[in-house]
Amino acid sequence: MPADFNWAIGGEAGDGIDSTGKIFAQALSRAGRHVFTSKDFASRIRGGYTAYKVRTSVDQVQSVVDRLDVLIALTPRTIEENLDELHEGSVIVYDGERTTMQGVEIPEGMVGLDVPLQSIAEEKGGAIMRNVVALGAACAVADFPIEHLDSSLEKRFGGKGQAIVDNNREAARAGRDYVHENFDHEFDYDLETTDNDYVLLNGDEAIGMGAIAAGCRFYAGYPITPATDVMEYLTGRIEQYGGHVVQAEDELAAINLALGGARAGARAMTATSGPGIDLMTETFGLIATSETPLVIVDVMRSGPSTGMPTKQEQGDLNQMVYGGHGEIPRFTLAPTTVAECFHKTVEAFNLAEKYQTPVYLAADLAMAVTEQTFAPEEFDMDAVEIDRGKVVDDDTIGEWQNEKGQFRPHALTEDGVSPRSFPGTTGGAHMSTGLEHDELGRRTEDTDMRVEQVDKRNRKVETAQEREPWEYREFGDTDSGNLVISWGSNEGAMVEAIEFLEEDGVDVRFISVPYIFPRPDLSEVIKDADDVIVVECNNTGQFADILEHDALTRVKRVNKYNGVRFKADELAEDIKETLSQEITA
Amino acid sequence: MSSDVRFTDFKSDKQPTWCPGCGDFGTMNGMMKALANTGNDPDNTFVVAGIGCSGKIGTYMHSYAMHGVHGRALPVGAGVKMANPDLEVMVAGGDGDGYSIGAGHFVHAVRRNVDMTYVVMDNRIYGLTKGQASPTSREDFETSTTPEGPKQPPVNPMALALAAGATFIAQSFSSDAMRHAEIVQEAIEHDGFGFVNVFSPCVTFNDVDTYDYFRDNLVDLGDEDDHDRHDYDAAKDRILDASKEYQGVIYQNENSVPYEEQHGLTENMADIPDGAPDDAMDLVREFY
Repeated sequence: MPADFNWAIGGEAGDGIDSTGKIFAQALSRAGRHVFTSKDFASRIRGGYTAYKVRTSVDQVQSVVDRLDVLIALTPRTIEENLDELHEGSVIVYDGERTTMQGVEIPEGMVGLDVPLQSIAEEKGGAIMRNVVALGAACAVADFPIEHLDSSLEKRFGGKGQAIVDNNREAARAGRDYVHENFDHEFDYDLETTDNDYVLLNGDEAIGMGAIAAGCRFYAGYPITPATDVMEYLTGRIEQYGGHVVQAEDELAAINLALGGARAGARAMTATSGPGIDLMTETFGLIATSETPLVIVDVMRSGPSTGMPTKQEQGDLNQMVYGGHGEIPRFTLAPTTVAECFHKTVEAFNLAEKYQTPVYLAADLAMAVTEQTFAPEEFDMDAVEIDRGKVVDDDTIGEWQNEKGQFRPHALTEDGVSPRSFPGTTGGAHMSTGLEHDELGRRTEDTDMRVEQVDKRNRKVETAQEREPWEYREFGDTDSGNLVISWGSNEGAMVEAIEFLEEDGVDVRFISVPYIFPRPDLSEVIKDADDVIVVECNNTGQFADILEHDALTRVKRVNKYNGVRFKADELAEDIKETLSQEITA
Repeated sequence: MSSDVRFTDFKSDKQPTWCPGCGDFGTMNGMMKALANTGNDPDNTFVVAGIGCSGKIGTYMHSYAMHGVHGRALPVGAGVKMANPDLEVMVAGGDGDGYSIGAGHFVHAVRRNVDMTYVVMDNRIYGLTKGQASPTSREDFETSTTPEGPKQPPVNPMALALAAGATFIAQSFSSDAMRHAEIVQEAIEHDGFGFVNVFSPCVTFNDVDTYDYFRDNLVDLGDEDDHDRHDYDAAKDRILDASKEYQGVIYQNENSVPYEEQHGLTENMADIPDGAPDDAMDLVREFY
C-alpha cells in the first residue's frame, strides 16, 4: 500500500475529539498532504465513545483502511475499540497520570507513550489544552514539522485572542519536546510535506457550497443527523447572496416551505435523513404532480425507524426510487465522492428546473461527515452552468395562453416539459395542485386528460434519458470479466480495493454509478461480464435488485450493514471471496 | 398592481361545487373584495389552500395559487412570501385543515409572523368527508363518528393564536358580507401575520352552528363597542369568554415587525445570476 499514515484520537464525547482531529487534519492538508477523515460517534452529547480518524498520504487517499499507526487514547475504551486496527509497532499515546488511564495495558508489540498530557497543558496555561499537547506528541512520533499545526490552531482559536493561540502553540511544542526528551524509540514515520494547496471539506459542506453556486436561495430544513451540517453551512453564507435559511418546526413544514419558495421562483432545497424523508414523502407527490422543481437531499443513516442515527447505511434507495403513493416521476442522483456532492448538487438544480420535478440527492453519513482533501480547481465555479428551463416572461407568455388568455402551465408538450411562469408574471396566474388537472392546472377527473397528464409527466423522464448524459464512472481493468458495481460513497473504498486486488493478482472492472433514476443502461455490460458483484451498504442489496431487474440476470452482492463504511482492504477481501462463490438462493 | 382591479377579476370561470347556501361563498367573496380593495391584482397575488371544502378556493379564485396537502398550506404560503416579498400572500384553510392536522404549523406560523393573511373557514364540522366532528365542534355535538359528542372541549383558535404571540387576531361571519370583507382587508393591511377565523356555516351537516345561530349570537367589536384592539388583556378576556361569539378585530399588536423585515428579506429570490456568483471561489477558499 502507499506510504500512508493512519492516526486517530479517541475518548468520550465532550472531550473535544472532533475539533482536535480537525486541527490535525487541517495541518496535514496545509502541509500539502492528502487527507481522508472518518468519525466514530455515538448519538449523545456527552459521554459515549467517539473517535476522529485521519488517514494521510502524499498521494490521493479516498477511503479508510483497517489500520492505525498512532492512536491518542484519552480513555481505556479507546484502545479496546481500536484493537483490531492496531498492529505491531503501533504507537499509543496516553496520559498515565489520569486516574482512568492508570494500569492501562499496552498490547504486546505496540509502543505505549505515557505522556503527562494534562500536567503539561496546565503548565502551559490550562488543562483544556491537553489534546493539543497530544497533537504535539503525535507530531514528534510522525516526524511532522510542528509549524504546520500553527495555522490550524490560529484558525481554530484566532477568535479567542492571540494569547490563547500562543498558549496552544506552546502546548503543542511541549508535547513534542516531551516525546523527544523521554523516549529513545526510533519511530517509523516521516510525514513528508509538499507545496500543494488543498482544501479540506466534507460532503454536507460540499452540498451546501454546490447549492449556493447553483443559485439556491431558499433553504428550509429541520435538524437531523447527519444532514444538519448542510443547514449549518448555508446559515450565514446564503444570506450573503440574498438567500435565506429557515429552521422549520418539522420536516413536513420544511418541505412545504421549500415548495413555497420553489413555487415563487427561487431555487429551493431541503435536506434531511431517512426518518425525515418519510415525513416529506406526503408532499413529494404534490411536488411532482404540481411540477414544481425542488432538490431534496437525503443524507442516509442506519434505519429503519430511528435505527442507528450516527452510523452509516445506504438503506433508503428504494424509498428514493419508489417511495410515495401513486406513481411519481422523479430523479435520483447519488454523488460518489465528496467533490461529487458539489457537482451533483449543481446538476440536481438544473435537472429539477429543466424537467420541473423533484430531485433526490442521495448522500450518506460516511460521505457527509468525511472530510477529504481536493485541489481547489475541483470546484471550478466558472464551469457552473445554470439552466432554468422553460420559464416564460411577460413577453413570451402569449404563446402559452389559450384563446381566452389563460396560461397553460401543464400544456401537453411533446417533450413533457411545460412552460413555467413565476408569480408576478403578467397574464400567468394559475393554480398548481396535487389533484389531477388539465392543462390550466384545474382539477379534472376526465379519463382522457388523466392519461394525457400522466403520460406527459412521465415523458419528462424519457426526454431526460435522451438529452442528459447518464454516465457512470469507470475504474480498474475495463477488459476484465470481473465486474464490480457500486453507487454512492463506496467509490473511494472500491478504487483503493482494486489496488489490493491487483497485488493479489485479481483484476476487476469497476463501475461507479451516480445516477439511480434514471440510470445508465448497464444490462449489456452486466451480461458481458463473467462475474458481477454489486457493492452497497445495506442488507438486501437494493441496487442489486434494480440491476437484476434491468439486466434480467442474477448478480452477486457484497453488503455491509453494521453501521461502518467499507474499508478498502476489507472490501478487497470480501470481493475475492465473493468472486469464488456461486450465486445461491 | 393596478388601481382599476375589480373583485370579480379574482374570480375564475370555474363554477364552485360547494353546496348551495354554503358559507364558503361569502368567505371567498370577502377575500376577493379585500384583495381588490387593497390594490392587488391576480398576477401579484398568491393564494394557498389545503384540503377540504376550504381547499377548493384556489380553483374558484383567479390568481397564482397552490393547492397543497392537508394541513400544510401555511408553510407553503410562508415559503412563497419569503422567496418573493413583493407578492400578496393569502392562505385559506378550514377548521380541520388548520386546527387539527395543521395545528402545529398554525402555532409556528403565528410566531413566525410572516406578512401574510390566514383565513380559516370555520364551520365546526368535517364537511367534505360527510359530517364528522372537527376540532372546533362543540363537546356534545353528535356526528357519525361521535354519536355522543366528541366529549372533549373544542379548540379555541384565537386563544391558541394569542398564546403563540399573534400580532393580529380577528373573527368574522361570512354572511355579514361588508363587515367580513372589511376585517379581511384589515388583516391584509396588518404588518405581519393576519389571522381571521371566519364563521362559515355548513348548511348540510351542521344544524347547530347555523346562520341563524350566528346572527342571533354575534357581538360586534366595532364602533358600537368600546373594545380596544391594542389592549392585550382586554383581548384575552374576550377570547377566553366562552359565553359569547365575537366579530371584529380582537387583537392587534402595534409593534409587529414582520418576519421578512426582521430577516432582511427584500429581494425576489427568483432573480439569480446565469452562473455561480462572481466571488464563489471564496466559498472554496474557506476550506484551506
